[in-house]
Formats: sequence, C-alpha cells, structure tokens
Amino acid sequence: MENNKEAVKENSMILQKDMIADHFHNLAQAKENGKKVVYTFVPGNLNELIWAFDMLPVHPEINALQSAMRKKSAAFVLEAEKSGHSEDVCTYVKCDVGMMKRGNIGPTGEKLPEPDLLLLSYTGCFTFMKWFELLKQEYKCPVVMLHVPYQAEGSISGAMVDYVVKQLEEKVIPVMEEISGKKLDYDVLKSYLSASNRAENDLVSVWNSARSKPSPIDAYFGGVYYIGPIFSAFRGLAQCEDYYRTLREEIDERVRLKLGPITPDGAEVKEKYRLVVEGPPNWTSFREFWKMFYDEGAVVVSSTYTKVGGLYDQGFRHSPENPLESMAEYCLGCYTNHNLPSRVDLIEKYIKDFDADGFVINSIKSCNSFSAGQLMMMREIESRTGRAGGFIESDLVDPRYFSAANIKNRLESYFQMIDAKKAGAS
Amino acid sequence: MGIDEIIKKCEHLYNDLDFGYVKAWKEKTGGKAIGYMPVYIPQEIIHAAGALPVGIMGGGSNLEIIKGDAYFQSYICHIPRSTIEMGISGKLDVMDGMIFPAICDVIRNLSGMWQMLFKNKYVKYLDLPQNFDPEIGGAFYRYEIEDILSHVSQITGKKVSPEDLKHSITLYNENRKAIKSLYDLRAEVPHKIPTSEVYLLLRAGNILEVTEHTALMAQYMTEVKKRDIKPQDNIKVAINGAFCEQPPLGLIKALESSGCYIVEDDWVLGVRYIQEPVATNKDPISGLVDAYLTKSVSTASKYEDKKEKGEYLINSVKETGAEGVIFCMPSFCDPALLERPMLAAALTKAGISYTSFKYAENTGQFRTFKEQTGTFADSIKLWGGV
Amino acid sequence: MKLDCFVGIDLGSTTTKSIYLDENENIIGRGITNSRSNYDIACQVAKEEAEISSRFTLLERKLEADATLAAIKGTLLPWLTSKYRHANHLTQLNALKLECANEVAKRDDNEFSAVAVPMLDDVFKILEAESQDLFRPNVGARSDFFRDIAASGFLQAVEKLVQNNPKLLDRMIGIFDKAILVVEGKSYANAFSQYIKYATEETVALPQFKSFAGQIREATNYAANVTFNALNTIGTGYGRQRLPFPKEQIRSEILCHGLGAHYMFPKTTTVLDIGGQDTKAIQIDGRGIVTNFQMNDRCAAGCGRYLGYIADEMNMGVHELGPLAQKSTLSVKINSTCTVFAGTELRERLSMGEKREDILAGLHRSMILRAMSLLARSGGIFDEFTFTGGVAKNPAAVAALKKLVEENYGERVLNISPDSIFTGALGAAIFAKRGYLNEMEKINLEAISKKEQKQMDAF
Repeated sequence: MENNKEAVKENSMILQKDMIADHFHNLAQAKENGKKVVYTFVPGNLNELIWAFDMLPVHPEINALQSAMRKKSAAFVLEAEKSGHSEDVCTYVKCDVGMMKRGNIGPTGEKLPEPDLLLLSYTGCFTFMKWFELLKQEYKCPVVMLHVPYQAEGSISGAMVDYVVKQLEEKVIPVMEEISGKKLDYDVLKSYLSASNRAENDLVSVWNSARSKPSPIDAYFGGVYYIGPIFSAFRGLAQCEDYYRTLREEIDERVRLKLGPITPDGAEVKEKYRLVVEGPPNWTSFREFWKMFYDEGAVVVSSTYTKVGGLYDQGFRHSPENPLESMAEYCLGCYTNHNLPSRVDLIEKYIKDFDADGFVINSIKSCNSFSAGQLMMMREIESRTGRAGGFIESDLVDPRYFSAANIKNRLESYFQMIDAKKAGAS
Repeated sequence: MGIDEIIKKCEHLYNDLDFGYVKAWKEKTGGKAIGYMPVYIPQEIIHAAGALPVGIMGGGSNLEIIKGDAYFQSYICHIPRSTIEMGISGKLDVMDGMIFPAICDVIRNLSGMWQMLFKNKYVKYLDLPQNFDPEIGGAFYRYEIEDILSHVSQITGKKVSPEDLKHSITLYNENRKAIKSLYDLRAEVPHKIPTSEVYLLLRAGNILEVTEHTALMAQYMTEVKKRDIKPQDNIKVAINGAFCEQPPLGLIKALESSGCYIVEDDWVLGVRYIQEPVATNKDPISGLVDAYLTKSVSTASKYEDKKEKGEYLINSVKETGAEGVIFCMPSFCDPALLERPMLAAALTKAGISYTSFKYAENTGQFRTFKEQTGTFADSIKLWGGV
Repeated sequence: MKLDCFVGIDLGSTTTKSIYLDENENIIGRGITNSRSNYDIACQVAKEEAEISSRFTLLERKLEADATLAAIKGTLLPWLTSKYRHANHLTQLNALKLECANEVAKRDDNEFSAVAVPMLDDVFKILEAESQDLFRPNVGARSDFFRDIAASGFLQAVEKLVQNNPKLLDRMIGIFDKAILVVEGKSYANAFSQYIKYATEETVALPQFKSFAGQIREATNYAANVTFNALNTIGTGYGRQRLPFPKEQIRSEILCHGLGAHYMFPKTTTVLDIGGQDTKAIQIDGRGIVTNFQMNDRCAAGCGRYLGYIADEMNMGVHELGPLAQKSTLSVKINSTCTVFAGTELRERLSMGEKREDILAGLHRSMILRAMSLLARSGGIFDEFTFTGGVAKNPAAVAALKKLVEENYGERVLNISPDSIFTGALGAAIFAKRGYLNEMEKINLEAISKKEQKQMDAF
C-alpha cells in the first residue's frame, strides 16, 4: 500500500503494488473507457457484484488512509473543518470531503473519477450513512442504501438475512442494472464468488501461521498489507487469487525457516512479546507507531481490525451456491457488526488460540463503532484471561491526535509490566 | 391544578433520578417497567403488554459522574456516561428491561455494555430499518416489533391481543394530538408559552403513564390560554440537533431569555416522532410499521431516502414562522454534527439564518451561549439575518 | 572508605530527583533540582545533591556513634548543614558575579559599563552580606534553589540602586537572566570537602562547639572522604528517553512509582500520582509489581499544570491555592477541567461575584473527579491507597480526594508521604538494586554450573 524504497520486496508485495497502480490507472481512464464507477465502503462491500456488472469500485476509507500515509490528510481535514465540519467527528469523512474539495486526486497522483453510483453498504458504522449523504450533496448521482442489521444478539437470524437479500434483489441489483445497462449474469457472479472463496482460504492460512513460534507475520501492522487486495477492489479477481497464493507460499516458507516478521526496513523482528491488538491503526504515523512495537520485540499475532472486511478465520466463505445469501451473510458478519459481548469472546479466543502474552487496544477518536465500550471490553478480557491489557489513544488520519511521546510512554510501561509479571510469576 | 403546580410536578419528575413515580406505579399496578433511550421506540407495544415505557435521557446536569467516566474515552459524548453511572449505581434497577434504539454507534455499543453488565435483564437493541419499503424495511421492522412484544409479554405475563394493541395505539394517538396542539399553540403565541415549560411537560411524558400525561397536557392547555402576557420584541427560532443528549434546563432558559422565542425544536423528539395518528383500522402492528415508514419525522439518525436534505427542517421553519435556526448540538454527537453542514447548506440556499453551538448535558455555564444567541437575535431584528 | 550503593534518577518535567540506596535498601541520600533545559546537567546535579545528602547521612551516623557528639548532635548538625549550604551559595554567588561581569562586557557599551560594573560590585556585596542571615539553623529558606534565592535578592538590591530608572532596571535584569543560565548550567556541588571544611571551621569557632573541635573535624573529615561506588543506576520519568543511559537502565515511571509507593507503604494496592504533566492510576500486587495502570489522555486536564494555569489566572502562587480553597464554605460545581477553558470559566464566575475560595474548592474537586475516573478505569481503589506527586502536597486536593473516596469506595487507608516527590526515584533505585542482584545471580549460577560441569568432567 505504501511506497517504500528501502524495503526488501517480496513477490507478493510487488504483485500488490502493481494491482493497485493498475486499478487507479483504470479509474483515471474510466470515463474515457465508458466504465461506470461505484463508490462503496470496505465493510460489507459487494465487490463480486460490482465486478459482475463490470463496474469499478472506489473505497473512500482507503483513499483517506492513503492520504494520511502520504501526509496529506492534515490539510484535507482542515479543509473540511473550514467548510463547517465539526472537529468532533470522524476524520475519514473529513479527509475524504477535503480531498474532494481539492480536486479528488487519488493516491497515485491521478484524478479519481466521479461516482456513477454511491452504494451505501451501511454495515457496522453509523457514520457511513452520513458520509454518503454528504457525498450525495456533491455528486448528485443515485445512492442506493443497503441496510445491514446489527448482530445485537450475537448471531444472524433468518429475518436479518431475508432483509438484506430482499434489498439486494429489489434495490441494489435493479439500480446497478440500470446504471450499467446490463442484466445481472448469475454465472459471472458465481465465478467471482468462487475466486473469492479460494483467496479467502489462502488468507486464513496466512492468519493461522501466527500460531507458530516465532510468528512469521505481524498480524496487525503487516496484516493491514495482507488485507489490502481482499478488502478493497480486488476480491473475486484472478489477480487477487494469485496474490494470496503467492503470499501463502512466502509465509509457509518463513514458518519452515522459523523466521519472524519483517519490518519496513527489511529487518527481522525477534519475537519477545506476542500480542493481540484491537482497533484500527493510526495512519498518519504508521511507521513510527509500528516501530514502537517492533523495537521492543512485540509481534502482533492476531488483530480485530484486519477482520473489518470479513471474519474469514472464523469460518465464513463466499459461496457460489447461494450467491445472494452468501453476500448477505458476508455483510452481516463483518467485525464491527458484532455486538460487544461477541467482540470480547473473539479477542479472548485470539489470546488463547495464538498464545498471546497480552492485548493492546488502540482506541481511535474517530471511530465510535470500535471505541465506545472498549474500556469495558478491556476489563472483561483481563479478568477472563488474566493477561494484561494496554490502552492507547490515537486517531485514524488526523495527526493532531497522535501524541508519539504519550503512546510510547504507555507502550513502554505496558511491555515492562508484562516483563515484571513474567519475572514475578517465575 | 394551576400552571405552577403542573410545572412543579413535571420538574420533580424531571429531577428525580431515582424514578420514584415508576416505583410507585409498579407497586400500585403490579406492572413492569421498560426503559428506553432516545430517540424513538413504538411505546404502544410496551404499553399494550402491560409495562410502563420509561424514557431515559441521561442523568442531566445534576448527576455527578464518578464511575461512568471510567467506561468512556474523553471524545465520546456525555449521555452514555451518565446512563452507565445510573445503571451501576442502581438507579435503573427499577427497570425490568432496557431498549436501545438505533441512533448511533455509541448508543448501539451501550446496548452491548448493558448486556454484559446486567446479564439477567432484558436488553434489546432495536434496529430501526433504514429501508422504507413496506415489503422490505417494513417486513424487518415488523419482525423487530413482534420480537419486543413477545419478550415484554413474557416479562409481564400478559398475552397481548390485537384489541389491546389497538387500545394502546388510541391512547398514544390522543397523547400525540395533545402534544401537537401544544406545539401549534406555542408557535402561535410563544410569549404565553415558555419553552422551558413545554420542555418539562414533554419530559414528564417520558415517565408518566400515557393517559395521565395526556390529562396533564390538557390541564396545562386550559390554564395557559388564560395567561395574559404581552409579546416582547423577540425573534422566533427553531432549535435543531438536540434529539438525543439533552441540553440542561438552564440552557433552554438562557436561550429564551436572550431574546428568542422557541417555536420549533427537536428535543424529546420521540414523543413527536410519529406525526399523524397511527391507523387502528387494520392490523395494529401494520399500523405501527406504516407510521414509522411513512409518517415519521426527518432526523439525523434516519436515512433521508426520498426527500432533499433540509427540506423537512425548512418546512417546519416556515410552518412555525421561525425567523432563524439555532443548531444546538451535543459535543461529539456524530448524527447531529455530521448532519449540520448539510442542513446549514440547505438553510443558506433557502435564505434562512442560523447560528450554532455545542453543549453537554452537564454544561454549567450559559453566558457565552446567551451572548451568542442574543447577538443572533439582534442581527435578525436589525438586518433580517446575519 | 568505599560505600556500595544503588542510584535512582527521576527526570521529571519540572524537577529532577535522585535517590541513593545502600546495600540494605536504606535510603541514604535524596537530591532534587529543577529540570532546566539541559537534562544532562539536571541529572548530574540531582545525583550530586543526593551524594551530598548521603555524606550528611554518613556524618550523622558517625556523630551518633560517638557518645559525646551524639549528645550535641541536635544543635551541631543544623549548624554544619547551614554553613555547608552557605559555602556552596557563596561559590555560586561568586560565579554569578563573574558571569554578570562577562555579560556586561559583551554589551560593548562603555556608558552602560561605567554604571553597571560598580553597581554589580555593590549588589553582590549586599547579596553576600545578606546570605549570612539566610543560612542559619531555624531560618526557613525561601527556596531550595539557588536561582530563586539569587533572583529575588538581586532584584531587590538593583531596584534600590537604580533609583527610578526602569530602562536601567530592565537592562540589569537582562544581565542577570543571561548570567544565571550559565551558572545553572554548571555544577558547583562537587566540592564537598572544601565546603564542609569551611562549615566545620565556622562551626567549631562558635563558643558552644569549641571544646569538641577535634572530634567534629574527625567526623566531617570521614564524611568527606567516603567514595561512593554506584553498583547500578536506573533512570525514569518524563524525560527518561533523554537520559544518557543504555536502554536496560531505563524503566517506565509507572513501574517505578508502583515500586516506590510499595517501599514507602508496603500494604499499598492502589497508587494515585498527580504530577505536573500527567495523572496516573496504578494498581500493584503485594510485591510492588504493577498489575494495571491508566494515564490521562492527551490533554493536561486535571494535572498539576492545570493548577498552575489557575494560579497564574488568579495571580497567586500554586502553593497558596489549596489553603485558600480550604476556607470555602460553599461548594461551587465546576464542569470544565479543560486547561483551555479553565481561565474563561474562572473569569466568568469571578465576574458573577462568586467567591475565590468557593471557585477554587470547586476546581480542586473537579480535578480530583478526573483522577477518580482514571482510578475507576484502572480497576478501583483498594486498601491501602497511596497518593503521590506534587499535588499530594495540596491540602484542598487531599481533602477532596478523601471525601470522594469515602463516598464511593468506603473507608480506605490513605497514605501520603512527605517525601512523595521522591517516589519515582526511589522505585528506580530499588530496580537498580534488583537488576544488579539478578545479574549477580546469573553470573553466580553460570559459575556454579561451570563448576558443576567441571566436577562432572572430573568425575
């Protein structure tokens, strides 16, 4: 996802970089080539359906995080605040609005096309709704709402699936047919779903590799790169399958050689602490943030953020057998659509499955869907597992909310607390 | 009862965070009580099942937060803190269940916290549909209503017949009518009807059994019409954005004393959420579903499907004769604050002035607000807008 | 004589503290200095101060060991201490005088020099003379820091001498401000033998001590000649990353505060530390090991710094706030602990005619409320509860804390040590000792296993 000169490039990284460059190039040419463009969100995205209509997807959250990694988000956020947005609200939204106001230049420097459709996959995040209502004011293009009900009881009911499937059948698909001028070909959709399914198998194998000691991957900082293709524009495509097959082979090799994860500088991390992380990362100081972990030998063996686009590791797979039901279940199953008790259960399970020394919560100012209730989750997980929880606070793409000294202080204290506990126990 | 007495009674209900009325009601009737958070739930189903629906709108400005802050980071609004504070200090023990309607992610997650904190209580997250097609969103909403109905029936032990439900709907239709009359009258003669009183009357509706509340409203209406107060040179304003966490009463009074007559607002919005009578001539649940889908207000937590953004607000400004809009929104309120730029743009286009500030339910100082809205009022008086 | 010891250093945002611990984990010396802009110097000065304090501890032990001296120790030691500090002070004054002269010369302004040079001579004569009275037993110094004493003396003297010439006054103050920075940047504390010699001679010249001169000289001589052998040093605190130490010798202040509090009050379970920059709620186990902690978020709301703003706003000293707040009879509810809004709210309330003491009482309470929520986040308040940091010296804050703890958690034993400012440094010193012992143990184990290996081989 990031330009990175000094890093040692694995094949998978090169593949991913090329995929992204191609995609943004195609987007820049979309209007010339008569391609229709759909803006939609990562959680609960209907990628296979979009490709089945031969449309091109754009994910505003990804644009926002890319802007942050390229140090452009601060100006975008300010731009949005100047135009009347409150400093209190989500900075992804403000970054996107600011980027739009400044010409909508994408991460590769090419201009992003305007949307032909805003596909509002309203999954696990209230702000999504407002976000596209705001974009609607600017673009005056059709919006289709796909309301994905919340798993408030910790499970998916028949009524919930029916509700989503009916919206797909009667709202989403007809609008897409109209805009694309094509009838939905279910065979094409099924072939994309099958390809998704295969890539998902490989991704799960990558996640599970972290059970090895040492873990060959960092499932949070490295993990955000691993989810790149499957959470964004590429799930369902052959290139995506290639990427995950290649990645899986690389990781299998690291397991065989008993190697730890690689840092952005190309060095190998010597595993000292195994951690589970809850919450999205900070993007404005992503490298610095990661460094605070690997400098101390902290390796993330599992994370919840890497499940916002699907809990494949817990068994879900896209299925060509029942395409619409499968897509509905996918939307319903994203991490942020789970209630708090389920999230606590999941983190507890991760701590046990991956034999973690503890867990860290990165509490994000922008993201109430993640953050509201995290303090209680922490206490509950601590008492269930007896493992120490660390709590740090930052933001997605607003650099004003990343206080390096404060975070470093908390992390250091946290790691030393684990040491002291270990020393005390022995 | 005279006005003073009515308001005193309402004020007592408003201040009583131990819910003395609810306790007494339960004792007297042997019924149960179900609490609910803002903005809207169909109270009719709770009522029909023999329980008292109790609107819980945070702890207000008098509750000191000792442990509630331990559950929330500093960038989260205030209402969940005070609600948790009340929960863990036992003030909400009197509720036999809690319903958290879909409004934002904070209240949604609060439902999960409630599930973990109060394992033996009925906790329901009411996922109000954002699809307004009767066959799609309507079908899902019906499922949600039936789910609540069966759970509350189980709690009260009362089987609910369609007739019971129709009866409850009728009572709530009467209540809605009474509230609407009061709002209409206020828009007409705002100098006679201070909003601080209207507000307390509405808040009383969160607690009182519906027939009792309707009667109280009627009494107030009768009395208030007798008032002989001359209008002052104030401007008429509509308040927007206060539908969840409530401003302290002192803030409402400060706005009124700054030269503004409040003729429209969206606090305690739940009781005015359905704008027309709910149909009782068909299957009652369909009536409730239809009311939500087609007769409900526009507000930030509800997806704007067909209408233009701001259309609803502009209409209500015109209908009530308001000369400006005050965006009065809780700090860190995602729905309200993300909605604001869209509404502001629509108002600008329509040539309606607005001003805007943020508050918290425990805000203690109102002088700066008062100065701001006073200036706003002056500018409208002098130049017809800012 | 050589004395093995362990050193802890706490580099705080406003002050730097150091603790010397002997082999039996007894505190032998404490040192404190303001942190300045130069952390290296702050660290060095704090350590030297702690070393001096250690020498005085040793001197005291020596006096106690001698029956005749033990009998007069109560009057003798204060004289030696005062005179010692006076010697140190005079050295610094002299250095300051030289620096002031340098500064004047730098201005390259003959007219100014012609006035300033003789004036400086006069000023420092006054300061030297005044210092005689400042350093006597039972005279409470205005401050422990040279800068504070020198600054107020200098200002007073110059004000008199310039006689209604504000421009000249400004220039003289400018000279002082430059010069004091240079003086502060150097250490004048390492000449213990020289100062104690001066102190000894000054003291034995007093009639009441004349007859013990020989024994006194012997004792002070002993204290001056001890060499300290720091077996291990650990640094902690806000600025710990800037300490010139390898990583293994740095510990988080959370851990150090936990351990330090445990040492001071062994039954401690919950620790609250309110310092200048941050507030910490810490839970520790029976061995002083941290099991949970919470810190305030980004903003300084509810920290010591907050009181600083309030004091500035009210034009008072920080230490005066607590006592004034305690005079309050009516509690005012303050909602904003935000440092940015505190000033506005304060002015607004004052203009509404509310009493200063009532507002202050409300401010203290709201500050403690913030701490209460951090404590709740960290798990609650358990027996015993130890309160540390600068704010623990503020009586109004302590009173508000006591009340809120009792209301919400019931009765708890509340510990506050007069030395609570040294808690972090103390924890660091204990870590230094433990770290050293662990190292030794490892070496011993290796040695033993090698020995065993040899025996096995031989067998």
